Amino acid sequence: MILARVVGNVVSTEKISQYRGYKILVVQPIDPEGKPKGKSFLALDGVQAGVGDRVLVVDEGGSARSVLGDEGAVTVRTVVCGIVDRVDIEDKE
Amino acid sequence: MKLGRIIGTVVSTQKLETLEGLKLLLVQPLDEKGKEAGPAVVAFDVARAGEGDLVLFEAGKEAAQANPNGWFNPADAAVIGIVDAVNVDEGRGKAAKR
Repeated sequence: MILARVVGNVVSTEKISQYRGYKILVVQPIDPEGKPKGKSFLALDGVQAGVGDRVLVVDEGGSARSVLGDEGAVTVRTVVCGIVDRVDIEDKE
Repeated sequence: MKLGRIIGTVVSTQKLETLEGLKLLLVQPLDEKGKEAGPAVVAFDVARAGEGDLVLFEAGKEAAQANPNGWFNPADAAVIGIVDAVNVDEGRGKAAKR
């Protein structure tokens, strides 16, 4: 799983049928302190997340299908699977 | 899933049977602001996209699943949707961090 922040959404009408009905979010991976890290990508929304939310993203097909509860969504790979309440990290000495 | 722009097409006559009948597109990956994000890739098309279109594409083994000729094929990128709009709200992203 990846820690990320939702920074936007994407609208697409013409797409393959498996993606119908799902919200497409733009997610920016972040480090535990919340700083952006790496390149943004797109993920389907499995947990009603929105812009500004800190989220957990899973980037693997089998896990993505189980999050959506949709075994037929075989081309889906990246899904937001949780909204993060808090991250606790040990202080750096 | 990633954002990309179609920057060209690729023609290949001699190819695997499982890739026959598919349009091959050259896709430049982009970030949410439209900036280039990495090298261009060749993807097959199932969304009827064309040159200049902003698209959604899937990379990895899941892309092969979109192939209408069956799942057992070596494709690793597929154009699966055409983008109408990208909404980015960085201000709210920052506000939520506090």
